[in-house]
Amino acid sequence: MIYTDNNATTRVADEVIQEMLPYLGQFYGNPSSMYSFADLVNKKVGQARAQVADLINADPGDIIFTACGTESDNAAINAAMNAFPRKKHIITTTVEHPAIRSLCLHLQEKKGYKVTFVPVDNKGRLDLDTLYRAMSDDTAVVSVMWANNETGVIFPIAEIAEKAKEKGIWFHTDAVQATGKIPIDVRAAGVDMLSLSGHKIHAPKGIGVLYVKNGIKFSPFLIGGHQEKGRRGGTENTASIIALGKACELAKAHLPLMATEVREVRDYLETRLLEAIPATSVNGDRENRLPNTLSIGFDAVEGESILMLMNQAGICASSGSACTSGSLDPSHVLMAMQVPFKSAHGTIRFSLSHYNTKAEMDTIVQTLVPAIDRLRQMSPFWKDGKVV
Amino acid sequence: MWNYSEKVMEHFLKPRNVGELEGANAVGETGSLNCGDALKLYLKVNENERIIDATFMTFGCASAVASSSALTEIIKGMTLDDAAKVTNDDIADYLGGLPKEKMHCSVMGQAALKKAIADFRGIQILEKPGEMVCECFDVTDLEIIDAVKKNGLENTEDVTNYLKAGGGCGKCLDRIEEIVHKTRAAMETSSTAD
Ligand SMILES: Cc1ncc(COP(=O)(O)O)c(C=O)c1O
Ligand code: FES
Repeated sequence: MIYTDNNATTRVADEVIQEMLPYLGQFYGNPSSMYSFADLVNKKVGQARAQVADLINADPGDIIFTACGTESDNAAINAAMNAFPRKKHIITTTVEHPAIRSLCLHLQEKKGYKVTFVPVDNKGRLDLDTLYRAMSDDTAVVSVMWANNETGVIFPIAEIAEKAKEKGIWFHTDAVQATGKIPIDVRAAGVDMLSLSGHKIHAPKGIGVLYVKNGIKFSPFLIGGHQEKGRRGGTENTASIIALGKACELAKAHLPLMATEVREVRDYLETRLLEAIPATSVNGDRENRLPNTLSIGFDAVEGESILMLMNQAGICASSGSACTSGSLDPSHVLMAMQVPFKSAHGTIRFSLSHYNTKAEMDTIVQTLVPAIDRLRQMSPFWKDGKVV
Repeated sequence: MWNYSEKVMEHFLKPRNVGELEGANAVGETGSLNCGDALKLYLKVNENERIIDATFMTFGCASAVASSSALTEIIKGMTLDDAAKVTNDDIADYLGGLPKEKMHCSVMGQAALKKAIADFRGIQILEKPGEMVCECFDVTDLEIIDAVKKNGLENTEDVTNYLKAGGGCGKCLDRIEEIVHKTRAAMETSSTAD
């Protein structure tokens, strides 16, 4: 199998499994209990908190463990709404993950909020003028993802955070895709809240983090026990928290690899596909992009068919369409970028990790060249080597 | 991942009757590049109105390709009159069923066939009767009512799965819901009446 779908989820690293296993079986104490058997778990959770904080240059006290990236995103927006109950405006982008996008649509449709969805250009770059102009006294929060999950395009977070600060507006960023792929420094970037998720950085699924800067008037999303200093009720998912801590330590150590080897392997795949297959184009700003992500569109063929043929060869990747919903429309991200339909429908996202090799990229190219050719032979929109 | 039947996968991986058909005397086209799937059906019809050959070109997902392939296999050798009676359910059945979300692929097959037959007979398919509901996918209220009745559709999601209506920009979803609701209400009163 060749796994190139790391923006969807990642393999849990062996070191991470080793680290968490004792806390699934042997050391099952509740960190809040008053005996040594529990306190040793509590200490380990504290260590994990420090490891997470270290990856994003935060204070460990500002780290809240949650159940996933989606919860972190929801909790961030919820906190802003509670802190500023009279402010009924939210600013976000047209290309957010559903964890923010669906929530904002819901708030707009059902809860009387006005939401500005800031558009992007055809390379997926944010229209910053529109963003800044939308900021007003009525704005409760600005939420902009650090990097996009489909195209890998990176947004200028520090600059946006600074503008929000000038206006006294809270700034949240969904860094679920950026974490572990590019350096994240919450202090340098000046963000108020940041979400990350374990399963995108070689920790298990179902563990996330919300960073909340000290001084932000946070109100819990899950109201319950005193865990996480009263900021998130629920007995800690100790084994996964410990796993995430280890994964963050590894992610930090691997950051230089991302910028070099992973990027090289990605660029190699990109170059080879562009050379080998005509009428092919890369989606998104190639300069400002996560080093592991390649969103590439093949004209006149349809993504699901490509995925099925790749699956036959044991290759795992994603398409750029939302066809799981029954809708055949290309994803909201590609539509927001106004990627032409002819290539949007045939878009495939490859997302690599440090486990991938150049040899695997060769296999992908060798599989895709005949697959795309076959589908084009069948397509009514392809004739004599071009789109009709 | 879709739960495709073996037959669907087999027809996707080894589609029958692919390509343009030399000497075709009837062609039916449906769908578009924007929609995400499209089918061009070629028929060769003899003087007895019997389909002696059929081929297709398809852009779309695995089930769109499989549905097209199945359609050509089903109609080869049929008279046009018999072919006109082939429904989307026949295509889906031939393939051992399609996931609900993919039923529109079989609908596309039926639509292309209808157009090819009309093309052979020199009949212009007129503007569709009824009122346009979904502009993204060119679906009228009468088509939705028809699908609700014939296929027992229960909600907007079903309508999107069958006809694609509502699966684009989504602005027609409220209208679709209203039509489904009214149609089903009318069906219930008529069935309790007898
Ligand atoms: C940008 C982004 N935000 C949020 C999420 C949601 O994270 P989770 O799956 O942990 O809820 C994902 C991944 O699915 C993502 O890519
Ligand atoms: S009008 Fe129906 S989906 Fe756009």
